[in-house]
Amino acid sequence: MMFVAAECTPTSFKDFTLIMPAISVGNVGQLAVDLIVSTLNMCRVGYIHTDCLIPMAGNNPYATFAENANDLSTNAEVYSSPELRLAVLQIRTPVVQTKSKKFCKLMVSWIKASGFSRTVVLSSSHAYQRDDQQLLGTPLRYLQTPSMQKVTGDRLKEMEWKEMETVSTFPGVTDSEQRLYIPGGGATKGLFTDSCAEDIPLVVVLIFCSEGDNIPDAFTLLNHLNTWLHLVDAPAQTQPKWRIPASWRLLFGSGIPPALF
Amino acid sequence: MATFFGEVLSVYSRAVEEDDDDLDDENEDEQIHREIEEKREVHIAWCPEVAQSLEDSGSNKLQCSDLIIAVGTNAAGFLSAYVLNTESWDAVGHVSLWNERSRGSSRQSIALLPGEPACLFYRHRDNPAVLVCQSTCYIAEDQLFQWTEKVFGCLQKRGLSVMVLSDSPVAEYKTPDYLYGSAVPFLRSLKSSASESQALCPALEQPNILTGLPAAVLSHCQVHQIPAVLYQCYTDVISPDSITMETYKPALLCLSKLVKGQPCCPVLNPR
Repeated sequence: MMFVAAECTPTSFKDFTLIMPAISVGNVGQLAVDLIVSTLNMCRVGYIHTDCLIPMAGNNPYATFAENANDLSTNAEVYSSPELRLAVLQIRTPVVQTKSKKFCKLMVSWIKASGFSRTVVLSSSHAYQRDDQQLLGTPLRYLQTPSMQKVTGDRLKEMEWKEMETVSTFPGVTDSEQRLYIPGGGATKGLFTDSCAEDIPLVVVLIFCSEGDNIPDAFTLLNHLNTWLHLVDAPAQTQPKWRIPASWRLLFGSGIPPALF
Repeated sequence: MATFFGEVLSVYSRAVEEDDDDLDDENEDEQIHREIEEKREVHIAWCPEVAQSLEDSGSNKLQCSDLIIAVGTNAAGFLSAYVLNTESWDAVGHVSLWNERSRGSSRQSIALLPGEPACLFYRHRDNPAVLVCQSTCYIAEDQLFQWTEKVFGCLQKRGLSVMVLSDSPVAEYKTPDYLYGSAVPFLRSLKSSASESQALCPALEQPNILTGLPAAVLSHCQVHQIPAVLYQCYTDVISPDSITMETYKPALLCLSKLVKGQPCCPVLNPR
């Protein structure tokens, strides 16, 4: 079992909502999750300790004052907000190349064993792979497993969310079978198909984007998610206020040597 | 994607590899993957004495009060010069592994050549609960977790305390103000939540992170609530360098209570 509780007291996630990122183009899911943990001041309750992820360690990325700045953080941690019945998994490193399948299986079995009432995977897909239709309109898409459909019904359709289109297995061939294709989505498709097979209520919310400064994409994705989950209250016609964590400093490198100029 | 001048460039993502949505393996591929996995396995070879202690212990674990791990040539050089320089240490084991950059044989019978990148264990003769590990070979991303689990799998968790010394290029240190030459090399520390020791240098500031073996060891200690402290030395010199090694001296304050050897000045290439 790869979930290790941080404190001695066992944590129960029964009937909680889980939000987790997929490691995908622009790291948008991970940036969005950072905003959620930072804004809701969530408490770390455990670690995902697995050989499927590349190791990493550092000081508390959500530090707000000197006292909590030196808590060690690892590559995959679970945060919880019992009042909101919300659990969030943050993954900070890539999946080891040969272990993608194993990772999906482990995640799905952890989700099932923990009893989450629903799981949301935040993800992204290469913007340059969009077809002519997808170039128009919203860059946001969703996918839900049949079990999730039973939980939410047509709620997402009523909110005018757009379902992720399938592609032809053999482009150009008429009557070709349709298949799910999420380029740049990392483990998104694997998680989705495994969750369908295991009857897990799971929804994928993704945004089409390209590599670059993906902070605006993270805000767009998160504001979109918030219209459904209401994680943060926002007065009508305004966007919710998210708190940017301390670890987002210097995303594009250190200070420049003055002698350069 | 097409560029302004019409040539087609392949787009890469820093987050994901392409072609990873086709995860269906044939049976043949599975066998090849299995063979590659076996070849990349991490093996620990202990000397007969330690192997016997492991067997006699019943739980197949050694009693260890202090594990000191040096990752990188300067960290290893510091330990060689200031700690392992007395006669009181025995070489008790090594880790052998194979990857694209470390072609050490995974067969345990091949002796290590002096100076070859390696991963060696030493034990203090008067205090056999103190273990030192010098790791100068490259450990691949997919082997880090295995290395950590196998090494810690040989040690009793109770009473264990870990110290890691690790080299890092200063180019990877992120700071809002430009670092002038005179500030380098310098130390930063990180510790697991279970550690109550006083850090002897400033803590590693966000957004800086650890990767590689130091990260794997510290993560293991954090998750398993083992007290651990890490000293990362940022230096602008790639090769072994005496000034970089001397930067680790604050760690001697913790080590001197374990070892009785007098620290001596190493004779190495001056800067």
